[in-house]
Amino acid sequence: MLDIRIKKRQGTFFLDAAFHTQEVGVMALFGHSGAGKTSIINMVAGLTRPDEGRIIVNDRCLFDSTKDINLAPEKRRIGYIFQDGRLFPHLSVRSNLTYGMRLMPPAERYMKFDQVVDLLGIEPLLARRPAKLSGGEKQRVAIGRALLTSPALLLMDEPLAALDEIRKAEVLPFIARLSNELSIPILYVSHVLDEILKLADSMVLLEAGQVVAAGGIEELMSRPDLQRLTGHAEYGTVISAVVARHDEPAGLTELRFAGGILKVPRFDVPLGARVRIRIQARNVAIALTPPQGISLQNIFPGIIKDIEVNGNGSLIDVHLDIGCPMPARITLRARRELNLRPGQRVFALVKSVAVAREKIVRPNHTPTPNKNSHSPF
Amino acid sequence: MNIFDLSPAELEALRLSLWVSGWAVAISLPIGILVAWVLARFDFPGKSLVDGLIHLPLVLPPVVVGYLLLVLLGRRGIIGGWLYHTLGITLAFNWKGAAVAAAVMAFPLLVRAVRLSLEGVEEGLEMAANTLGAGPIRVFFTITLPLITPGIITGLILAFTRSLGEFGATITFVSNIQGETQTLPLALYTFTQVPNGETEAMRLCIIAIIIAMAALIASEFLARRFTVHMKG
Repeated sequence: MLDIRIKKRQGTFFLDAAFHTQEVGVMALFGHSGAGKTSIINMVAGLTRPDEGRIIVNDRCLFDSTKDINLAPEKRRIGYIFQDGRLFPHLSVRSNLTYGMRLMPPAERYMKFDQVVDLLGIEPLLARRPAKLSGGEKQRVAIGRALLTSPALLLMDEPLAALDEIRKAEVLPFIARLSNELSIPILYVSHVLDEILKLADSMVLLEAGQVVAAGGIEELMSRPDLQRLTGHAEYGTVISAVVARHDEPAGLTELRFAGGILKVPRFDVPLGARVRIRIQARNVAIALTPPQGISLQNIFPGIIKDIEVNGNGSLIDVHLDIGCPMPARITLRARRELNLRPGQRVFALVKSVAVAREKIVRPNHTPTPNKNSHSPF
Repeated sequence: MNIFDLSPAELEALRLSLWVSGWAVAISLPIGILVAWVLARFDFPGKSLVDGLIHLPLVLPPVVVGYLLLVLLGRRGIIGGWLYHTLGITLAFNWKGAAVAAAVMAFPLLVRAVRLSLEGVEEGLEMAANTLGAGPIRVFFTITLPLITPGIITGLILAFTRSLGEFGATITFVSNIQGETQTLPLALYTFTQVPNGETEAMRLCIIAIIIAMAALIASEFLARRFTVHMKG
């Protein structure tokens, strides 16, 4: 359980954020730089003090300005993974890992040293000093160090931002494993949507210190009004689907979702698993009749709900309902030629290879922004 | 001339020098680290005044510092009188006073070196230790202090060699008493003032060079050990 309601003025910047959620899972704080993401988690960690508000983690009050409660960071039991790792340079990897663990009474430790070392694959690094580690290795050790304090909540401040693409790909799966295998609640700060789609269950959208929207990833990513923040080119639908069948000879996997069956290149995921997939609007085409003699595997009948001129005017977003929302981005010219209008019955065409698998999804939980925050809810 | 064939008076001067400098550094190190930490990490009204006072011995003529010490710490001085009447401690004209004079003169060097090192320590590391469950005192001893080791080594060597060389403040405050306050520089000066003292003066001069070199080499060695330790 997480209940955050904080206000702080820093120079001309005014942060006023409130959101709460019953089950945290991996909750992403998303926004452009300067939106106040890091400020929020610094206050949750106790590194900076809000002007007013309250912070409750797992029914434990960490800060409440009305009751004059402000726990010191060392008393909060919150693991913090910084963007720059911040390993102690004078200690070996092993001593870094056990630094916080040793300060925790054995009875309150739920993370075992061997288990964490194993999970993060850092056994070969234990005797080394941080100076001898690569960026990705440093970040894995930093994650292990925070985990070993057996925290009630993990904070991650753009843990991949300082890494190159290869190192990112090396660290990301470990973070995914944390939430899947250990069920540790994580507040994940990022301005990279890709990471969030791969990791997070829910998201809080921030802009200029305010909560713009909060909710499940699927819901927020499919909202056209949030495109401005979630990214114009990225706009599309994010849906959760169940792995229904593996068609081994064809090398395809069939996914069942609200709109029917989606055929995609083989997913290495067991039958019955829930996966999150993303289909960008620019990868969806529209046909007036079911096309014949076409390489496309996925054709869904649907109704046009709404047509919206996009950005510079040469592109159109057609909002289809195929049992679930599915936007298609086409040119203005195509719209004119097909004479598309709301209410019309059409077919959505989705290329199999354009379907991106983002995450194996866990049961749904969504955060709710507080009424007094400046959110459209 | 055999440099190792020291007369009792020379031996006494050498022993006294090491003893006085050792004490001077031992007293000023913990205070110096504390002061450096306060100056590096906190802002408070009158900070530049405190900073200036600490640096005063560096810019004042040593004789002036010695005279001030005599006025303040002499048996009839404000602090010295109190020390004598309540604790029974006398500083004037004995080796303790010499140690105090050396400590005061070396203090700014120590504070500067430690403070510079402290300002180089990333506060983010201390915050990280906080989030791992360490309170401020534990953070200081397990994170901050180990990371400023190079600054402490530099400060120690500077303070120790400065104490060994202390002359003006010492002779003014505690005079030049053989076996009590006559440290190596004072003994050397005395030998230059008597007829046929050249040999003794030269011997003490060579000893001073050896000690200074040894201190520099020790500092280099420790600094290198630290770098190796950090790089693993």
